[in-house]
Amino acid sequence: MSAAVLVAVLVAGGVYLLLQRGLVRVTFGFVLLGHAANVLLLAAGGMSRREPPLLSTTDPAVAADPLPQAFALTAIVITFGVSVYLLAVAGNGGDDDAADAEADPSPARMTEQGVEL
Amino acid sequence: MNDLIPFLLWLPLLGAALTLAAGERVRLQRAISFTVSALVLAYGITMLTLTSDGSVVVEQVAGWPGGIAIPFAVDTLSALMITVAALLVLASTAFAVFTGDDEDRYFLPLVLVLSGGVYGAFVTADLFNLFVMIEVALIPSYVLITRRGSASEMGAGRIYLTVNLLVSTVLLAGVGLVYGTTGTVNLGELAGAATESVGAALAGGVVLVALGAKAALVPVHSWLPRTYPFASVATTALLSGLLTKIGVYGIFRVYAVMFSGDERLQTPWLVILLVTMVVGGLGALGESAMRPILVFGMSSQVGYVLLGIGFFGELGLQAGIFYLVHNIIAKGALFLTCGAVEHEEGTGELSRLGGVARREPLLALAFIAAALSLVGIPPFSGFVAKFSVARAAAIEGEWIAVALVVAVSLLTLLAMMKIWNGVFWGADPDEADHSFAPGASGAVPDHTDPMSSTLLRRAKVAITEGPPGGMPRGLILPGLALAVLSLVLGLGADVLLGLTGTAAQGLVDPSAYVIAVTDR
Repeated sequence: MSAAVLVAVLVAGGVYLLLQRGLVRVTFGFVLLGHAANVLLLAAGGMSRREPPLLSTTDPAVAADPLPQAFALTAIVITFGVSVYLLAVAGNGGDDDAADAEADPSPARMTEQGVEL
Repeated sequence: MNDLIPFLLWLPLLGAALTLAAGERVRLQRAISFTVSALVLAYGITMLTLTSDGSVVVEQVAGWPGGIAIPFAVDTLSALMITVAALLVLASTAFAVFTGDDEDRYFLPLVLVLSGGVYGAFVTADLFNLFVMIEVALIPSYVLITRRGSASEMGAGRIYLTVNLLVSTVLLAGVGLVYGTTGTVNLGELAGAATESVGAALAGGVVLVALGAKAALVPVHSWLPRTYPFASVATTALLSGLLTKIGVYGIFRVYAVMFSGDERLQTPWLVILLVTMVVGGLGALGESAMRPILVFGMSSQVGYVLLGIGFFGELGLQAGIFYLVHNIIAKGALFLTCGAVEHEEGTGELSRLGGVARREPLLALAFIAAALSLVGIPPFSGFVAKFSVARAAAIEGEWIAVALVVAVSLLTLLAMMKIWNGVFWGADPDEADHSFAPGASGAVPDHTDPMSSTLLRRAKVAITEGPPGGMPRGLILPGLALAVLSLVLGLGADVLLGLTGTAAQGLVDPSAYVIAVTDR
């Protein structure tokens, strides 16, 4: 139950931030959503069994499921990498959330205004 | 050959590392890229011959027993997808060599990582690994779209990043829910799970929604025309043929294995796919530049490809998989020919182009061949594809679907005629612009005005290269090669229909796949 509430709160906060205009806020929204997904993954392994999953020392009946933990670890790495890239885009984009978001996709416009990274 | 399946993933990644190490030596970078893609193509064709009898080749990675290992499995569908994907990567890389995209030392490494993720997604038999592979393919695409850092590119990249990141999070949550309800993410172990419990069906539904958004199905399609047209022409061709098709492949695989093609979902599927076809076709008509027209059309084509899901039977799926192969090739040819025009002329706006057919007859030939193929005119592959989709729908008695298959073809024809009339036919717009040339060539370019930069570019062409025309052959050949391939697939459709038939059998009755993956 606590996991469900936690996921709900994290998703609510994440979606709220996602709908903001600035890319930094959107990035924080994705961090929250990533946490929500990770809690969900951990909950998928069962919340009642929490002992370390070491076969020789722990009774398998109470050992935690290590697979969702591995999933969460992978997901954390991916979320972290993409968050860093999002922040880099936010830093480099300048006023990219200004009025010309509906700009026409002609490359004349794109290449000539371009700033080489 | 099963030991070699992980090569599909690590060979492109190794190639990416080597190309990065090659740094500024562009020729070495190209040599590595082409070698890797050619090896993958050769491997794909080998696997295609090995699996053409319906057998499934499985590698339990690191030798763990089946059910515990993360399996890689290649059946006819996977082998087909790998082969076509490798072909498109080759054509797009060749195109990028001539557009100058690969002078950026990070371009070819990014393309290699992207292709590795795509191949990995086509062979993995594990839902979580599918998520990871999609991320491996997406992250280079984030960089490819925003690579040049211009304002419109960053705007498009922002939408692309946020939408795809959100969809990936939904996919991850779906995979977590599947694990929570069934206790496994191994596709073999999941066989039929969604038909047995409501919880598993809902969890699988979350996965399907995420994959549908990746494939740009209506109503979650609108990110596509707002992002793809803003990337460089070579990037658009690459992304259109690979990334949305991962979603399509994933839907085929997950729906076939996990849902066993559940009959109760046929009507919702049909509604979504038919609406996708119509909305994509109409949206393409509303655009006024080449690439937005083509990108909007992609949604429409995805509707055709997946239509077989709506009446889950061997004929429909065979038609759908044939359509998928045809679409990657024909659409790739269109993006490459239109991209060649856009690269040379500096714009994709229909109103500012014209008369390209007179200057570049070979390019116009490639475009019209690919366009006719997309519309579904014999003898191109598009005819066989559309005919088999319509035939399958007619046999199932879905007459509305038959009518829409034909009607949306007319919309596609109109969209293609719009490009043909605006770009290839008609008067040469350069004649009107030449009067500006002397002034523009001496003026300081005004970066806020998109027109002036185009004029300046044209003026430069006029002064340094004489009369317009004389496009480098290298810009024309990749598109022409794909258009010819579409013609060959249309004339020799029997071979491909046989292969897609085997692939469809593997989806309708996935028992061979399941047995091979679970190793029982």
